[in-house]
Amino acid sequence: MTSTNEPAADDFARMVESHRPQIFRFLLASTRDIDLAETLTQDCFLKAHRNWSGFRGDSTAMTWLMRIAINLQRDHWRNRRLQFWRQATTNSVDLDEASDWLPSGERTAEQHLLAKERVRHVWRVVEKLSGRQKTVFLLRFVEEMDLGEIAIATGLSEGTVKAHLSRALGRVRAELGEMQ
Amino acid sequence: MSEFNKLERNAAKTAALNELDPAVQQAIGDFKASVHAWSDNAMTRPRTVVHTAVRHGWRFAAAWAMSASLLLAGVSGGFYVHHRNEVQKEIALEQQKQEQQRQLAQRRALQEERLLANVDSDLSREVPEAMEPLAQLMNESNSQ
Repeated sequence: MTSTNEPAADDFARMVESHRPQIFRFLLASTRDIDLAETLTQDCFLKAHRNWSGFRGDSTAMTWLMRIAINLQRDHWRNRRLQFWRQATTNSVDLDEASDWLPSGERTAEQHLLAKERVRHVWRVVEKLSGRQKTVFLLRFVEEMDLGEIAIATGLSEGTVKAHLSRALGRVRAELGEMQ
Repeated sequence: MSEFNKLERNAAKTAALNELDPAVQQAIGDFKASVHAWSDNAMTRPRTVVHTAVRHGWRFAAAWAMSASLLLAGVSGGFYVHHRNEVQKEIALEQQKQEQQRQLAQRRALQEERLLANVDSDLSREVPEAMEPLAQLMNESNSQ
């Protein structure tokens, strides 16, 4: 019994190690709340662990985990809508603070400022997107998942994913047009 | 025909997604780099578990202390009120008893006073036999 479980446990541990940063990053970008993203990431892997034996490998482990994360995030917001008083205690950082993060590359001060400004504009668009559009946008452009994987992870058809992405990009274009 | 249009529209969308104009591409690239940097930083940040635990412990202890003191205050308040009522009852009983005793003593004093007054008048009317002639003389001289 133990000998058959050990390889599965090892596989699961390896999967957690390799996919945790992506799941956390997606949840952080979706919620802009570090503590909440950590909690949901933990919940995601807990749920994955419970259902690990049922994972048949029809999709990649990453897509499977991302689907769990998306559902957890959606459930969390549903609960929050019911418990509206908890909205007041949200820890989400504001857009300016979220835009402060940029990798320290070889940029001049001016380039750095311009990049920050662009990031702030994209955050502003992401903030205004609907839940599904935001999820699709983040999965495509932050996690670089292809359309087929996004469709599996979100449970949407590929055509719907494309439509959501197209609308989101249209908004980014419009926002950047206002910036220039 | 409509199926064909749908496919064409889909192809156009895919093409649009694949061919982002440089400004959008750059903005999205910066956004992605920013989210990655933020996430990496958040994942490697020092955890505040101990601090949180201590703070929660302190809150827990404070809540317990508050609850205990409230409970104690409630119970002792109840005892105090009960005790005060008992004392007041005892005082009232004592005062009632004293009042009864005072009234009884007053009544007795009044009765004794009346009795003594009667005894005095009875005694004053009675004259000893040996003094009878003197008493008659006094009565006669008084009548003249």
